[in-house]
Amino acid sequence: MDHHFILRVVSKMLIPPILLYALYVQFHGDFGPGGGFQAGVIFAVGFILYGLVYGLDHLRRVAPPAIVRAGIALGVLLYAGTGAYSLFKGKNYLDYSALADPERAVGGQHLGILLVEAGVGLTVASVMIAVFMAFASRAPEIKDTDW
Amino acid sequence: MKLRNLFAVVMLSGVFSLLSAGLFVALDAVDVAFTEAAVGAGISTVLMLGTLALTHQEEKPAQHSRALPLLVVFVTGAALLYGTADLPPFGSADTPVQQHVAPEYIERTPKEIDIPNIVTAVLASYRGYDTLGETVVIFTAGIAVIVLLHGSTRRRRREDGEETDS
Repeated sequence: MDHHFILRVVSKMLIPPILLYALYVQFHGDFGPGGGFQAGVIFAVGFILYGLVYGLDHLRRVAPPAIVRAGIALGVLLYAGTGAYSLFKGKNYLDYSALADPERAVGGQHLGILLVEAGVGLTVASVMIAVFMAFASRAPEIKDTDW
Repeated sequence: MKLRNLFAVVMLSGVFSLLSAGLFVALDAVDVAFTEAAVGAGISTVLMLGTLALTHQEEKPAQHSRALPLLVVFVTGAALLYGTADLPPFGSADTPVQQHVAPEYIERTPKEIDIPNIVTAVLASYRGYDTLGETVVIFTAGIAVIVLLHGSTRRRRREDGEETDS
């Protein structure tokens, strides 16, 4: 892939907007369509595009496999931990009103949804990147003549 | 239409996925359409291509007769068409789907959750347990793929005496 100059330049231009759009989808999910699942996938697409064009070794340098694998578990942990926190506060599991003052129960809902969606997004993005790495690490390098 | 080239099949399924995302937009299910476009048309096409790189690009000719699969497809299709005859007209407001819990969510979300997107309110708050389950499913699937695909390469590399990646 060393001399696919156009592909490299175009993907370099595309990846930052993709990541930015993923963050927008993640945090705008309360107001419009979107949320953790979609944002996680879009965020992972940015990394996968980089891996496709620049090769797996470059991707490993940007997203070290150990960190990606930790992200898979951290997302679930963030989600489940939000629920466990409300248990410690004496509320039901995943009752977000435990996250704010009792008078402002609605504010707890905002924070709870934000945390939970962040957990979903982290897990989905990490799983997608890890699955892509697992597939790509087994496949032989695609030769230029195969394109 | 018959295709043996699996690369074309993967591309067609991606196109189909994108078209169904458009269909979901037409049905006013933008959240579902978003997911379909991102997951169905985007990621799964890439992963299918990754699988093709591991296997072959051409489908092998079938060994046995196609009569039974064809029969199953026709019977299932006929059953589905028969089922649609009983469905209420598209978009009618007095269907069980619209009258069961949906009005309650629409009424309670502004008061209890106070966010404009009711889909997110249902997904993350009212049905928080379900979404936790979905996240765990993705977690499990990711772990399974890593164990199946990545674990064996590490072991093989170790046998070769090369350095292992962390």
